[in-house]
Amino acid sequence: MIALTRRYRFPAAHVLRSSALSDADNERVYGKCANPAGHGHDYGLEVTVAGEVDPRSGQVLERNRLDALVAARVLDRFGHSLLNDDPAFAEQVPTAENIALTAFAELAPAIAAARPGARLVRVRLEETRKNSFETGEHR
Amino acid sequence: MPPHVRLTRAVEFSTSLRYWNPDLSEAENRELFGRKASRHGHNYRLEVTLAGEPDPVTGMVIDLKELQEVIDREVMTRFDHRDLNRDTPYFEKEPPTAENLARVIDRVLRVALPTGLLYGIRLFEDADTFVELIGPGGAA
Repeated sequence: MIALTRRYRFPAAHVLRSSALSDADNERVYGKCANPAGHGHDYGLEVTVAGEVDPRSGQVLERNRLDALVAARVLDRFGHSLLNDDPAFAEQVPTAENIALTAFAELAPAIAAARPGARLVRVRLEETRKNSFETGEHR
Repeated sequence: MPPHVRLTRAVEFSTSLRYWNPDLSEAENRELFGRKASRHGHNYRLEVTLAGEPDPVTGMVIDLKELQEVIDREVMTRFDHRDLNRDTPYFEKEPPTAENLARVIDRVLRVALPTGLLYGIRLFEDADTFVELIGPGGAA
């Protein structure tokens, strides 16, 4: 397998509170992340695309096309926003797990459409330098 | 039964290059590759991962000195402080993208290392871009 990975960043705010839990339970489960006023992170996002190398461009997917697609689907949509306001998080808590899964679901069809044979194989989200979350195929 | 241990050795090297497909016109190259069609340079970081069983006597999959010698001979002398387009024979027909450079490195290392030991490589073109090849010839 040959795979190309690009790293991106986006700053976003969120509040970790589940409507299914009481205030007391939210604070117990999410701790300081449940602060109703919110908090935020500089999220790091790694996007990995696998496929055959295009003989014309020498690339799995041209960088500028991948960058544009990630910007439109994730960075511009979620960057500089309160994640809880996005429809993707109307029914689920914007934990890093759910952000990674949402990013994967948003990017996979767009990448498959951008070039036949290219496929999204991994999304890795760094919430802080201490916490990171991956979805997709294992190395 | 899969091999038990993977080990990774990393090296860094610097090259100049331009992304250029000789089958295309200058205008087509500029359109396809943008600023990368102009001469520029990178500090590459190469991670070479081997997989195997530790030798029962030495406890090692490979002597890291031997691995470093192979990487020095096959990668560093070929590419470090060279121009990928002008000083190497590999990119006369295809652009020296990270994907194509990784395929060349994978090929030369696979021949030079003891059979079956090379698990894969990861090549960073810059801090935000890397290519991984896993498996023989980068096949799926």
